[in-house]
Parts: sequence; structure tokens; C-alpha cells
Amino acid sequence: MKGYRIIQTAIKALRRNPMRAMLTTLGIVIGVGAVIAMMEIGAGSSGAIRKAISSMGANVLNIRPGAASSGGVTFGAGSGISLTPDDCEAILRECPAVRNASPLVHTRAQVVYGNRNWVPTFIDGVSPAFLDVQNWTIEEGESITNRDVLNSNKVCILGKTLVRELFQGESPLGKEIRIKNVSFRVVGVLKTKGANMMGMDQDDIIIAPWTTIKYRVTGAALENTNQSSSSSSSSSTVNTLSNLYPGGQPSLYPERSEIQAADNPMPVRFASIDHILAAARSTADIPAAIRQITAVLRERHHIRPGQPDDFSIRDMTEMTNTLSSTTTMMTNLLLCVAMISLVVGGVGIMNIMLVSVTERTREIGLRMAVGARSRDILRQFLVEAVVLCLVGGALGILLGHGGSYLVRLFLHWPVETSVTAIIAAVAVSAGVGIVFGFYPAWKASLMDPIEALRYE
Amino acid sequence: MEPIVKLNDIYKTYQMGDIDVPVLKGVSLTVAQGEMVALMGSSGSGKSTLMNILGCLDRPNSGSYWLDGEEVAQLSANQRALLRNRKLGFVFQNFNLLPRTSALDNVAMPLLYSAGHISDRNARQRATEMLGRVGLQERINYEPSRLSGGQQQRVAIARALVNRPSLLLADEPTGNLDSRTSQEVLGMIRQLNQKEGITIIMVTHDPAVARHAGRIIHIHDGVIVDGAFSGVAEPHEAPAKSGISPEKEKEAK
Repeated sequence: MKGYRIIQTAIKALRRNPMRAMLTTLGIVIGVGAVIAMMEIGAGSSGAIRKAISSMGANVLNIRPGAASSGGVTFGAGSGISLTPDDCEAILRECPAVRNASPLVHTRAQVVYGNRNWVPTFIDGVSPAFLDVQNWTIEEGESITNRDVLNSNKVCILGKTLVRELFQGESPLGKEIRIKNVSFRVVGVLKTKGANMMGMDQDDIIIAPWTTIKYRVTGAALENTNQSSSSSSSSSTVNTLSNLYPGGQPSLYPERSEIQAADNPMPVRFASIDHILAAARSTADIPAAIRQITAVLRERHHIRPGQPDDFSIRDMTEMTNTLSSTTTMMTNLLLCVAMISLVVGGVGIMNIMLVSVTERTREIGLRMAVGARSRDILRQFLVEAVVLCLVGGALGILLGHGGSYLVRLFLHWPVETSVTAIIAAVAVSAGVGIVFGFYPAWKASLMDPIEALRYE
Repeated sequence: MEPIVKLNDIYKTYQMGDIDVPVLKGVSLTVAQGEMVALMGSSGSGKSTLMNILGCLDRPNSGSYWLDGEEVAQLSANQRALLRNRKLGFVFQNFNLLPRTSALDNVAMPLLYSAGHISDRNARQRATEMLGRVGLQERINYEPSRLSGGQQQRVAIARALVNRPSLLLADEPTGNLDSRTSQEVLGMIRQLNQKEGITIIMVTHDPAVARHAGRIIHIHDGVIVDGAFSGVAEPHEAPAKSGISPEKEKEAK
């Protein structure tokens, strides 16, 4: 018998009892539908989680200086002064796996507008690349520019929380706010981002050129971090700007004379920054980016092989992995349940096929009498079971797809169409048909035509 | 002329637990091309077993069976299935039509199992032609439940003939029919035999039905009582003489 003939015969046989065929296949329909819906909803949620993480900067590498120590006293991670804006430039220039990088300095200070004030969680001094690195967009107004950074212009961008707290519905664009008595012009407002994974409000932020924050706002911050050198920092070449502004701390010690300086030269201070934020080109590029940044920074910092790094690089992979493995686990669990319903559906098919074989004993005898070999009979019943399962699988795919569509429509859960799930569902339902259809078909094929023809 | 069916010393024993039950005890018979033979016997006489062996549904324990020039007694199950498809047509007492399947599909069914590939169109054409021959061209799309008993049996006859068999085996073809439709079906069988020269073996216990046959073979208790050999290969002659021994028959060839 030719292949399509067998299928034709099977369909004809099934159509003789359409109600029963439908009920039999219902188990498979529900099973496959459940599998498809689970897969789509599961893929959707892990996709949503991935998106959420990347909005917090999934590909972001946080480079922090190492710990400073003085006389046996360490000051904790990030307290060292080893990163410079030049490091940031070098990373951008020399690491192909890095898409963009921005220096970051922060401070915590009171912000005043009119008669209102607020202490934002983040006051970040950055370069314009920061917005790209953090995947953040401006909702209103414009971004800070490289020129602003070079000139340490007093401009800033506000997060939504600050706009609410300080301006109360007024447009903040063009207004002046004061941070530690330095007045800044608001040039832009950021789009809302919500809480980050630690639960901190990411919109409670002011972004300004890092030079402005460093030299105009936190002029004396450096001296405070490292107490051993605090006395001399006010005379350092870089920090001169802080002397121009009120808020710079009065020096505890007398200024050194030029002779003193020549006799006992202070190490040249460089402009240090608190962090460098770098964005890898993709999640897959993160390890490469880490390797390249490490190499560049070690070389720039003259660290000999074997010596420990004076910086550390953090990424969000750990977080991403934890979260996505959790969703994967949940999806797999639900998939197992759905698979069980598929097996139950398969048992239903076997049951009905056995009934059908008994009921059609005379037909089997007749087919054998007119020349069907036992393998023709085996094939016919097997194909009937497989056709039932495949039809059930197709209906199940529609059902599952429709189900996940409804979930998206009414519950607004994210779903993702999964081609793998569809292929797997078709394969599994065909497999169920073969596995559970085999025994009844085999039983049918073993019948003796004489007995079968006489069966009442 | 070479007989189309030639049984020689067929023995068949069934085992019921430890006891051997001999059913056929040395049956020999011949049926010539174009003959119409009735096989008669009381129940338990072995006529069903003989019919199964003639229909290649069963194998004898010993003896030989030539069907259309082929020795078929010891073929395997698969070979017998192919042989049934090519050379034999069956008509049953209870019609055995597939329910909820059109007359056309019922008739075309044996073609599904034919070794050579027959196209769908060809199969339909042949089935339609066969239904025409049994006078049912108007009802090719009717399902069995909408046909009368006589019409159902005619569909069954069309199905038996669709593969152009050398031998048509009819097992009580009128057993489930009233006398009027019995006549109709018997008339059809006789017509097929006379006009188209189809060889027919018909099992029956009704002497009125058996009279339509050219020769009657009586079987009793596993042996043939009379009518085993055809003298003349012509339908509607007097019952054949049974004087020739199987040995002589062999020499005659």
C-alpha cells in the first residue's frame, strides 16, 4: 500500500466515527495546548525579565578602583584612587568588545529649587556616553554634551522623581536648581525607569557633567576619602577650581611654600573618578570585554604580572543568570505537568484504539481475506492513531496559541511565539501516537482471519 | 483441461488442548475452469474448514492444493494474503461490508492491497464498472445501511470480483436473505458463471440453492461422499462422475 493511501484509508476510517475521534483526540489537544501555552508564556516572561535586566544595564560593566589602605587601615572597596578619565578613554579606544564607556563620580547633597528641597539618591557626574551605556533616553529637552564636560558647565538632567518633588508639575526645563550652593540649569528630563533590582528608585537622579560635579560640587571630596593625604590636596593642580567656590573646606594646614614643595615634592595628582561604566557590545561579549579592560587597565596602571589588580570589574551576568534560571525552572516544571497530560491523552488514545480494534474485528478479518497482510493491518491502525494524534497536535497548537494570546490580551502577560515548542509538540504528538497506537495495532495484526471473520 | 482447483488428500486436524480433532480426513477434489459447484454438508462435517483451505485462509496439515496451476498448500501467511488478493474472491453470509463507507469504497477496498500500483482514478473506474455489472450503478455512493440485503450482497459480489479472481468462493451467500432476494442474488451468481465463465464454489445447506450449481459435492464427517471430481468442464451438467481415482487423474495430466 502506498503511503498516501494508508493515510486516506485511516482518515476514512476515522470519519466513520467522528464524535469518538474528536473525544479521543481531546486529551492530546489539551496536552499539546498546555505545552504550547506554557512554552509561550514561559518564553515571554523570561524575555521580559531579560529586557528588564538590560534596561538596568545587563551588559554594563562597573569598573571600580580597589581598596585604599594607609598604615594598615583599609578603607573598603572603591576607596582607592586609581581610575582616571584617561582610563575611560583608553578603554573606549582599545577594547573592541566595549560599545561605550563613561566616567562616573557621585556625591550626595541637598538640591534646592525655590522653597523646596530634596536629597536625591544619585547625583551622578558623567559623560554624555552614560545615557547610552545605561540604555536611558531623554523624555524632554536635551542631553548634556561633551563640550559641557570639557567646560564643566553647570547643566543637569533630572529624573522623574526629582521633577515631581521639586517642580510639582511645572516644567523644569531652563530652571535653575542649586546643589551645594552651585546653581545648575536643567536642560533635560529622563524617561521613567522604575526601581532597580535592589529596590532603589532609579528615577531619583541628577545627571551632570562629571567635571562639574567633581570640581564644582565635591571639590574637597578627594581629601576626605584618603585622610593620609587630605592636608595637601587643596594645593593639587587639578583641584584649583574648588578654591574659586564657596564650599571648599578651609585648609587645616598652612600652604606649603615653593621651596618646601621643591624639597619634598608631592606625587602628581591626577583627576580620579569613582567608577567607569562600560557597556559591552552584547551579552556574549561580556567576558571578552572584561578581559580586554583588565589588560588595558593593568598596563596603564603599571601592574606587574602576579600583582593584584588595583581595580575590580563587576557585571550583571550573575543576576541575569539567577533570574533566567529561575524562570527556566518554572517553565520546565509546568512543562512536566503538561507532558503528563500528554501521556494521559496517549493512554486515552490507546484505550479507544483497543476498543476500535475489537469492534472492527470483522473488518480486520475481511481486509485480511481480500489480501491485507498483517503488516498492512498494523500500519493501518498505527497510522490511524498517529493521524488522531497529529490532528490533536495541530488543534492543540491552535488552542495553546489562542490561550497565550488571550493571556496577553486580558492579563497583559508577555508571551513569545516559540517555534521550538511547535516543532516539539508535533514530534511529541506523533510519538505519542506511535507509542500508544502500537499495541492495539499489533494486536489487530496478529488476528487470525478465520476467527476474525466469524467474530460476532 | 487443467482444473482450476485440485485438492489431493488433504488432512486437517485441530488441537483442542491435548486431544487431536481430525476435521478433514483425506479430501481430494477438482473443480474445472468455469464450473459452478455447490458444497453441501451438515454442520460439523468439515465444510467450513474445507472452505477455509480452499480460500487459502488456512493451511492443511498435509496434502497438496493446486490453485490455478500453483501449489499453495504450504505458503506462508503473507504469501497467502497476496494470493487471496490476486486469485480469490469472497462472498460471505453476512455481507461483511464496511459500515458508513460508500458502496464504491467498499468495492474498491481490495485494490488497496494489490501489489501493482493502481491509481485512484483507475480504482474508482474499476469499482464503478463492477457495481454496474451487478446492477447497482445508480447507488455507488450509498452506504450499506441505505441498501437492502440483496443490494448489500450484490455490493459484496462486486467487491469479490473487482480484482478479477480465478475463483469466487461464496459462503452461504443467501443465508441472510429472504427467498425473493435469494433468487435475485442466486440469479446474479448464475449469470456471472454462465455469461462470464467465472468459476464459483458455493457453500450451502439448502438443497434448493444447491440445485443452481452444476455439481454438488457432499461432504460428511471429513470425507467427501460424492461429487468430488468434475467429468466435464461445463456448467449445468449432471453431477460429475466420481469414479476416477486421484491417481488416475494425475496420470491423465
